[in-house]
Amino acid sequence: MGTRITSLANNFDTTGKLKAAGINNASLSGITALPAGVAGKMTLLSTQTASASASLSFTSGIDSTYDEYWFVFNNVHPATDNVSFDFNGSTDSGSTYSVTKTTTLFRSGHDEADTFTQLGYNSNEDLAQSTSYQHIVYGLGNDNDQCVSGVFKLYNPSSTTYVKHFTSTASNYFASNGNNQMNVAGYFNTTSAIDAIDFKMSSGNIDDGTIRMYGVSTS
Amino acid sequence: MGSIIRTAANNVGASGVFSSSAFNNASLNSVTSLPTAVDGKMKLISSQTASGDASLSFTSGIDSTYKTYCFKFINLHTSSDADGFDMNGSTDGGSNYNVTKTTTIFQAEHREDDSGTDFSYQTGLDIAQGTGYQRIAQSVGAENDENVVGELWLFNPSSTTYVKHFMARVVLNTEHDRAREMYTAGYFNTTSAINAIDFKMTNGNIDDGTIALYGIA
Repeated sequence: MGTRITSLANNFDTTGKLKAAGINNASLSGITALPAGVAGKMTLLSTQTASASASLSFTSGIDSTYDEYWFVFNNVHPATDNVSFDFNGSTDSGSTYSVTKTTTLFRSGHDEADTFTQLGYNSNEDLAQSTSYQHIVYGLGNDNDQCVSGVFKLYNPSSTTYVKHFTSTASNYFASNGNNQMNVAGYFNTTSAIDAIDFKMSSGNIDDGTIRMYGVSTS
Repeated sequence: MGSIIRTAANNVGASGVFSSSAFNNASLNSVTSLPTAVDGKMKLISSQTASGDASLSFTSGIDSTYKTYCFKFINLHTSSDADGFDMNGSTDGGSNYNVTKTTTIFQAEHREDDSGTDFSYQTGLDIAQGTGYQRIAQSVGAENDENVVGELWLFNPSSTTYVKHFMARVVLNTEHDRAREMYTAGYFNTTSAINAIDFKMTNGNIDDGTIALYGIA
């Protein structure tokens, strides 16, 4: 032990503080939280990977801990051709996904054959005080290399004062071979807390892809 | 040694756990990574600052480590008025930047003198299965205070199954004094991994500014 005490003493300065040599990565393995001043502001809360999944639901971790929640979806691939990738919210931890929403959706589109371009509001794809699922993208193809990637952001879902706003931006490889850039925004028109989010295809399974939920802190 | 041990002992609680007085910033100089539970999820991989550069290329760090990559553009300033800001991808580590892509691009614009606005698709700037550079910003001004800021997100570039989607949103000052916001999206239409990205001005050099590459874990 005397040797260890001597070695230990060599790792302290004269004020009793640890020198750099006294601590390394393994020393920190038991740490589960950092002081606010140095903690990262973007925390991975959970990851779900689809494998012929009817839906991907996030039923825990959406609360008052963070100001924003980001859902980053990568390579979401449908089992069925020409479908929409949709979402809805819940106020009962996922027992039902039927929150009233009013939304906007616009897109820009361009096909690989260069035969058309489009920029416009899509009045058939928005919602006006509806409890239905909202499209994130529509027209998604299911060729082997076709998929959608993007980011869905949910703001302050635990508020019991305000409606809960959301935005989504996604890049979509549509069924007839081209790119759609789709921008969705709106609000869950409720003062109840939103505590779960569900993602699914309008028809068929989600065959592949990941959705990662992050909490983003502003303080 | 006895004196040091006594001083150090005062920084250890009764249960043998170090108190906060045992640490300062210098204590952590040897730490190179944090436990997963407390690790930040947006990691700065590399940063490049322009100084009259023909291009800024990111030829390392784009791999399977992260599912999502984000490039941040900070105050990019062109040497040539009415310039464009462009990007392309590579599947060979940056030897060639010529990946086939299909893209969309649109803009919102407002003139400083309030004489007009615009919201329109930019048919001359999109790409249909072309290998050329994709425009991210158009009509960039070169006055001393004019610049481009924004982000480009690249999704799962190492996939060998799917095309690789990307999305960019920038705001700039045009050469004719307009605030312009440009949205670009599309996909590298290849199942080869994208492992390098190149940024350059269409005509001039990147005189100033920073591009930072982040991995999102």
